[in-house]
Amino acid sequence: MLKHLIIKEFKQLFRGGFIPKLLIFMPIAMIGILPFAANQEIKHLKVTIVDNDKSSVSEKLCEKVSASKYFTLTEVGSSHRQAIKSIEKGDVDLIVEIPDDFEKNLVKNGLGKVQISVNSVNGMKGMLANNYMNSIINEYANEMKEKYSTQQPSFHAQVFSIKPYYLFNPKLDYKIFMVPAIMVMLLTLMCGFLPALNIVGEKEKGTIEQINVTPVTRFAFILSKLIPYWIIGFVLFGFSMFLAWLFYGLTPVGSVFTMFIFVIAYIIAISGFGLVISNYAKTMSQAMFLIFFFMLVFILMSGLFTPVASMPQWAQYIAAANPLKYFIEVMRMIYLKGSGLSALITNLLAIITVAIVLNTWAIISYKKTN
Amino acid sequence: MLYGNDFNVIANVSKVIYKTKHINSQLSKEKQNNKTTMTNDDIIQVKDLTKQFGKFTAVNHITFNVKKGEIFGFLGANGAGKTTAMRMLCGLSYPTSGKGLVAGFDISKQQEMVKKNIGYMSQKFSLYEDLKVWENFSLFGGIYGMNRKEIKDRTDKMLKELNFENERNAMVSSLPLGWKQKLAFSLSIFHNPKIVFLDEPTGGVDPITRRQFWEMIYAAADRGITVFVTTHYMDESEYCDRVSIMVDGRIDALDTPQNLKNLYSAKDMYDVFLYLARTAKRS
Repeated sequence: MLKHLIIKEFKQLFRGGFIPKLLIFMPIAMIGILPFAANQEIKHLKVTIVDNDKSSVSEKLCEKVSASKYFTLTEVGSSHRQAIKSIEKGDVDLIVEIPDDFEKNLVKNGLGKVQISVNSVNGMKGMLANNYMNSIINEYANEMKEKYSTQQPSFHAQVFSIKPYYLFNPKLDYKIFMVPAIMVMLLTLMCGFLPALNIVGEKEKGTIEQINVTPVTRFAFILSKLIPYWIIGFVLFGFSMFLAWLFYGLTPVGSVFTMFIFVIAYIIAISGFGLVISNYAKTMSQAMFLIFFFMLVFILMSGLFTPVASMPQWAQYIAAANPLKYFIEVMRMIYLKGSGLSALITNLLAIITVAIVLNTWAIISYKKTN
Repeated sequence: MLYGNDFNVIANVSKVIYKTKHINSQLSKEKQNNKTTMTNDDIIQVKDLTKQFGKFTAVNHITFNVKKGEIFGFLGANGAGKTTAMRMLCGLSYPTSGKGLVAGFDISKQQEMVKKNIGYMSQKFSLYEDLKVWENFSLFGGIYGMNRKEIKDRTDKMLKELNFENERNAMVSSLPLGWKQKLAFSLSIFHNPKIVFLDEPTGGVDPITRRQFWEMIYAAADRGITVFVTTHYMDESEYCDRVSIMVDGRIDALDTPQNLKNLYSAKDMYDVFLYLARTAKRS
């Protein structure tokens, strides 16, 4: 009985021509393009320098700022007021203002003041702009110190520097951080949401009624819907690992075997979620809305973009029920750090718990008779 | 009025069919004239069956029996509760109260056993459009546990009877509606069920196909399959051995078409139906 149902699903899946295309283009697009787009490094910040001093010292600072890859010098402003106007118009992200006796104070007292005004409508961007600019000015102050301290003993430009050493992703390449997480997204779409849409599609066409009036058991029907997507999910995962190697030279540091244990657990958990949705949605549009909603919650509360640990406590509780969170953590740890199963055991247990809860819920809420 | 024109077109055709069927059903009709009682011959036994959706009573204490091998017409206006009643008999919906036995199994407790013994053709066209004709047969044969050889033999036989041998590999979506309906019917009796439930099987189908469809129903009945059919075409109700008419969730009339016409001194079933349906309070 199950065999016939699975044959039917495969025929339907591949006959439309839609799924095979999706299988090829979705991973290429997501792995090839998204890591660049989801880059959180901010470059080409537009900066205005209001140089009231117009000395050789202030000129050097201007040069240093414009030489940085993070900043693009859009204009040399004439006054603070005019520069603020540019910020209001959105032409400029930050202003560096150099006071008129900058050189004099620096040489005489060893103390130079510079004002930085940042547009922080986008808080993240503003913070980064400020940090980048601070580090440039610090660096500049260091140079000045070396230059003047010999001739000017009282020179005490306050400078200290921290040289971080980054483990696991030494170049701080954001893409490498994103790729394993994007593989998780692919599996979520393919094994969680596609089967849900498939089942709701049968509801809408009325063919599910024809199945409900036969002796097909609930379990057989659900399995027949899931098994094809599980198989597709595996193939897709392998394909995206290949793409990660092809595009970024990225191979997992840890064991592929451990990773596949997690893939199995995760696929079962997320398809359980899809089933629950399909049992409550009566039409395709309802299902789509539910999926959009949960997709957003899942992504934003998964640590994909922002670390879960920096969320408020109540949000962390919600995130604790999010299977994506555990799997993204695991994928990054295996891919980048090479963690073994023993280090990941709490995540495995969490995913299995979510899988059991969702699938039990799915089987209970699927009714052949209502 | 809705069926007026259609009815006249069909009337002539129906007489032809009716005559051929008449001889077959003569015997059973004589039996039916006796008062209906629950016997072992009754393949469907329903007592006080009720379905409520909130405060709305869709099916209101209906009681009737259907005999083995009978063609039972289940009539009623739109919204009278036909489909709801039929869904309960098929084990798709729980009764709110009352009892029902279908093929000897309790419809409120043994739905899965009921489902093994019935065929069902729903109002919506319910074959898989994106599967080929033979694949649909193979799928449903497999679901009922038939083996590969049985499926193949039976598919060959059914396609031959339908004259669809050339369409074996056609995608169902490419067939015209009338053909699909005939296919859906063949599929609903593919596994030789004891009873087949047909929910408005001829809706939107042309007169010639409707006639062929009823020939198929007779052929199935001759093989001993009990046919439970809902329809809006009053000429079709004349082809049934017995007819029940639902009004506002109740069964207001149940007898042979001939007896009903005598009872209401009507010239045809169309008038009988109009007479009863006009008493409806629900619209």
